[in-house]
Amino acid sequence: MHADPAGVLTGAHFLDGDHAACEGALAAECRFVAGYPITPSTEVVERIAQRFPQVGGVFIQMEDELASSIAIAGAVWGGKRAMTVTSGPGFSLMMEHLGFAVMTETPCVFINVQRGGPSTGLPTLPAQADMMQARWGSHGDYEIIAVSPNSPQECFDLTLKAFNLAEQYRVPALVMMDECVGHMMERVVIPKPEEIEIYPRRFTTAPLDEYLPFAPEQNMVPTMVRAGQGYRFHMTGLTHNEKGYPDMTVSGQARLLTRLTDKIKKNATALTDVVADQVDGAEAVVISYGITSRVAMKAIQMVRAQGRRIGSLRLRTVWPFPEHVIRDLASNVRALVVPELNLGQIVREVERLGCGARVVGVPHAGGTVHDPAVIAQAITEALR
Amino acid sequence: MSVENPVERYLRTDRMPHIWCPGCGIGTTVNCFTRAIDESGIPMDRLAVVSGIGCTGRVAGYMHVDSFHTTHGRAIPFATGLKLAAPDVKVVVYSGDGDLFAIGGNHFIHAARRNLDMTVICVNNLTYGMTGGQLTPTTPEEAIASTMPYGNFEHPFNLPYLAESCGAVYVARWTTYHVTQIKKSMKEALLKKGFSFIEIISPCPTLYGRRNRIGDSLDEMKTYKTRSQIKNGADTKSVDLGMGGPIVVGKFVDRERITYQDAMEAFYTRKLGDRYARASH
Repeated sequence: MHADPAGVLTGAHFLDGDHAACEGALAAECRFVAGYPITPSTEVVERIAQRFPQVGGVFIQMEDELASSIAIAGAVWGGKRAMTVTSGPGFSLMMEHLGFAVMTETPCVFINVQRGGPSTGLPTLPAQADMMQARWGSHGDYEIIAVSPNSPQECFDLTLKAFNLAEQYRVPALVMMDECVGHMMERVVIPKPEEIEIYPRRFTTAPLDEYLPFAPEQNMVPTMVRAGQGYRFHMTGLTHNEKGYPDMTVSGQARLLTRLTDKIKKNATALTDVVADQVDGAEAVVISYGITSRVAMKAIQMVRAQGRRIGSLRLRTVWPFPEHVIRDLASNVRALVVPELNLGQIVREVERLGCGARVVGVPHAGGTVHDPAVIAQAITEALR
Repeated sequence: MSVENPVERYLRTDRMPHIWCPGCGIGTTVNCFTRAIDESGIPMDRLAVVSGIGCTGRVAGYMHVDSFHTTHGRAIPFATGLKLAAPDVKVVVYSGDGDLFAIGGNHFIHAARRNLDMTVICVNNLTYGMTGGQLTPTTPEEAIASTMPYGNFEHPFNLPYLAESCGAVYVARWTTYHVTQIKKSMKEALLKKGFSFIEIISPCPTLYGRRNRIGDSLDEMKTYKTRSQIKNGADTKSVDLGMGGPIVVGKFVDRERITYQDAMEAFYTRKLGDRYARASH
């Protein structure tokens, strides 16, 4: 299915990442956004508020992030594509509803324009320190999808992609931006509507009294309905059976959790989205994501200039983690270097998988990006 | 000859028996609700019930309509998204006093302020039943709760006054003794455009009633009968609830105010003219 032309601002633009993410959502046919102002993400909802009345969308500024993060679930069950947008403190408040969306298989998008934390931290300065919170911040076992753009263009592309993946797998999809990517301005090319692929919501075609709202169908994913169609369905955050009724038993819990996690885990290869550069024959590979990937590229060039064979692996999809890619790399290189704007989060995933290679983190508490020289030195030392 | 129970078609009978204790008032309110739906003429396919968490939070699961059992305190913001996305659906939030007014209090006041087109039904049993009888924002002063073992010294909310102050267009309070009036108010609320609110004082004999030596549910109904004073149109400032004294019940507020959605559409039409694209449903 192609995008509704009403929301697609086809052409070449000069946009910051926040505005580009907004346009990505519009192109993805997002027509409901609930948000609460928070730096450095506010520009996303400001543009939504300006654009939505002209494209048939509804934006509501809610009273807090708790409300925003569940209003979108309500809108999805009312038939809309929906998202919310926030930064660290708001993201913390949204964690319960991230889990609710997982449990009720509500396709929706959360954008987190990351800033320094914990707590109020660095409201106007960058970090990538919510990566593990995205994965583990809600209680219980779960799997989600998270993408990490490194440019305004990718804020458009990956927000659009997040909506499609959310629909395909009926999970919340997270766009893990950062303050730098959110506020940098670059050329953003928005394709024609007929060049934009939309994964349509898969609505049930079952007779009214035969529909099971949580029965696995294609790829373990159930089909959806919207309120008001006569299905008279039930959904709950409790452990439930295929009918959506509470089933708080040992076997019910095992069955539901296995499916909810398997639908992502068993599709991890299909969900892998990495950009590899000169990894074949490399002595060391730098694994990075988001803004840090651009700083790391400068560092890689510095070390390559000294005659070393250095590869780059950039994660556009961070969750599910591309385990098979990292395992393959680890057996072929001497070192894996992981710079990130936190004190060591994704490096732990690499350490878990990177047996054989030396794994070196390049932590940075945030507030600025890395000095490329620091990453270059870490690469050089990793090969010593 | 088989006679159909008129209530049954509105319930998920395959989920019975329900979880509520003997003597609990929630079922009484649900019985009234089914009859109110019936009389309202609202098609079941166009009705959604949203609940939060707790004993009353289980109502959504027993109603044979589109039903959503959400998170603690967040039924109203869920319902907000649902209503804005599907304006053709009548949205009813059905939850308890702890859910709606402690953890969810912020959402209640803002939904009333915005005049979102929804009905909020609060079964007020003055306690958290599901977790064992703790203090809620409506527990009367002096009442015993498991987390107020010497009695409550906090000042409780006066829910009708709160609802009216925040902008609700319809506000009523009854006890579970007043089944006819509950049904009538529910019907009126269902048919009222805007944010309507009904508080129903309801017994929790297992926890609140036992701890506060009210007796069983029948005894509590007797106190409702003796303590209640029907005062339609009463000043909501004057309807505070105490351990003793009158329980003022009635329809207190019934007024007109433009809803959030109508205001939004009228405003954008005026400001943007032809450029305004109304949301499609």
